[in-house]
Amino acid sequence: MLSSLPRRAARQLRGVAAPSLRGAARPLSTAPSDAPEEEPETKKLTMVAAINDALRIALKTDESAVVFGEDVAFGGVFRCTMGLRDEFGEERVLNMPINEQGLVGFGIGLAAVGSTAIAEVQFADYIFPAMDQICNEAAKFRYRSGAEFDCGGLTIRAPAQAVGHGGHYHSQSPEAYFAHTPGLKVVYPRDAYTAKGLLLSCIRDRNPCLFFEPKILYRSSVCDVPTGDYMLPLGEAEVLSPGEHITCVAWGAQVHTMARACERAAAEGVSCEVIDLQTIAPWDMHTIRDSVQKTGRLLVTHEAPLTAGFGAEVAAAIQDACFDHLEAPIARVCGADTPFPLAFEKLYLPDELKIYDAIMRTVQY
Amino acid sequence: MVHVSEFDKIYNDAQRQGRISFYMTSRGEEAASVGSAAALQPSDMVLPQYRELGVFFWRGMTMAEIANQLCANALDRAHGRQLPLHTGSAERNIIYVKSTLGTQCPHAAGVAYSLKQGGGERVAICYLGEGTSSEGDFPSGLNIAAVHGCPVVFFCRNNGYAISTSSSDQYAGDGVAPRGPAYGLPTIRIDGNDLLAVVAATQRARAIAIEQRRPVLVEAMTYRIGAHSTSDDDSAYRNPHAPEQGWDSERAYWEARSPIIRFGRYLQSLGWWSPQMEEDLRKATRKQVIKSLNDASAAPKPNNAYLFSDVYDEPSWLQRDQEAALNAHLDKYPEHYPAVVR
Repeated sequence: MLSSLPRRAARQLRGVAAPSLRGAARPLSTAPSDAPEEEPETKKLTMVAAINDALRIALKTDESAVVFGEDVAFGGVFRCTMGLRDEFGEERVLNMPINEQGLVGFGIGLAAVGSTAIAEVQFADYIFPAMDQICNEAAKFRYRSGAEFDCGGLTIRAPAQAVGHGGHYHSQSPEAYFAHTPGLKVVYPRDAYTAKGLLLSCIRDRNPCLFFEPKILYRSSVCDVPTGDYMLPLGEAEVLSPGEHITCVAWGAQVHTMARACERAAAEGVSCEVIDLQTIAPWDMHTIRDSVQKTGRLLVTHEAPLTAGFGAEVAAAIQDACFDHLEAPIARVCGADTPFPLAFEKLYLPDELKIYDAIMRTVQY
Repeated sequence: MVHVSEFDKIYNDAQRQGRISFYMTSRGEEAASVGSAAALQPSDMVLPQYRELGVFFWRGMTMAEIANQLCANALDRAHGRQLPLHTGSAERNIIYVKSTLGTQCPHAAGVAYSLKQGGGERVAICYLGEGTSSEGDFPSGLNIAAVHGCPVVFFCRNNGYAISTSSSDQYAGDGVAPRGPAYGLPTIRIDGNDLLAVVAATQRARAIAIEQRRPVLVEAMTYRIGAHSTSDDDSAYRNPHAPEQGWDSERAYWEARSPIIRFGRYLQSLGWWSPQMEEDLRKATRKQVIKSLNDASAAPKPNNAYLFSDVYDEPSWLQRDQEAALNAHLDKYPEHYPAVVR
């Protein structure tokens, strides 16, 4: 399937295709630029283990760091905080009452006086009680005080996206709500490697960050992850595979679905440029623009509903930046404008075949 | 308290004259903010609601500083971004006021937890009104603070009204205080118009918060003599009936019990104060307040570059591009934007 793609791209695509992830080596070219030249020591880790590793490093390297959330003391419902309480003590790894607005507000308070606050909201679907705290408080804390105060030390982790059996309240992708509020950073990893590097960047970034973890990847994404401390840049998309005919953009678990659709299209001779947006806010328009100016076509795909999803922003900005280059309408392949349904999940989701079909329609336009 | 009272009069009128956009007085509640502030240490963190002018003055914020914020001029440290009285000061450990109600309650738990971890003897004080106690963030903050032993003094000014809604439409129970024990907080209800009671209760609450590493709830019963803000007409909703016979109205009853009058009488009984001294103080204060208004009104407006800064620690391409586009627009149509400072 991948034979028509350059070797580097083929390696990277294997790295993002969930079924073939096991044993896939991450290309070192994506390591941070300040990393030592020699190959860093790596270990095969699941995304859960990589996140746990990032949290451990954060707690170790920053005495003010506190990890808190519902059920985090015993390791968290997805086991991301396993062992942290034993290692760092009950003062730094705290259970929270079941109260999202309270725990996010608690984190804002911690961060406002200089602590590093790492909150876990048990599911992204349950983040909405904290909407006011996130959008009216965290996002505006610096601006409204003329930068006398900020809560940049706050990071909110939340498992998001489809999992196969999550129904309405264990499946949603709420990134667009938060991308609509200036002052927040919104980030999605696509695998264990990006999860560790991007999470450490979020924790150390001087702005409040939302870190949405695609829960379907927690155990299915296994890749070589550097054992040491490393960060991946926020606000930068990553071109996973260069291509000529169409630019395809996704984030989180959808990168894998999209990559498989691109493989299918490659078999038909269509060369796709595969891009993982990684940071939704503030997003990397320039990488997408440069790519679309080359390919002349754009497809954006996300699990969240079509209307006012972040794909709408990407499409609007790119038609403005690339109007003279576009050979076809920008395609959006997204979740349906319905609640996330249990029995109809497969129909609701923008699956591989829907994306493949949209790619073919767009290149044949 | 007299400073607050005179400041309120002049700036409430200044809003009526169109010199500032908005104002909220502390009339009748001066003891709650001044007394609680006096009971704390300057290193304690203050998380205000928005009727805590007395705290700002007590902590040393000058009339000029507050006037600059009220006039949204170039000297305001937050660059005129927020509504009047939505101020704060990192230097004086006062987190900025915002209009959202009760969000400061869980913040106070987090702030206090961080202070506790820092090992010093510092507390957080979190102000709110009885209306705010109906917001979800209030029990959220109380509960988390209690569960994790956060040294916070939750200070509720129960002033009888939340904009137009009287406390009888706010809760069916016995006010705010009973919710303290329900969440495990030592709690006291005090006469909020008795300055000395406010000081004593807040001092004790602070001591408990530090010694026992736990939050404390203080409910100060007071009365909002003024309207909620310059945006509402309180004659449309205020209860006309006095709580006791012999008074023309509810407001008249409470005006006679103003903390300034009560504390003034107490000082007079000790021979330390006289009506003439109060009049002199008011006159001198009024002069200072008017000067602050005139100076702040004369100061330039903030530079429009502050529209785009401080959204993030560094502006993203979105703020940079939008600022450039706005500047190009202003260059093209300068006559339509005469007030803009660049």
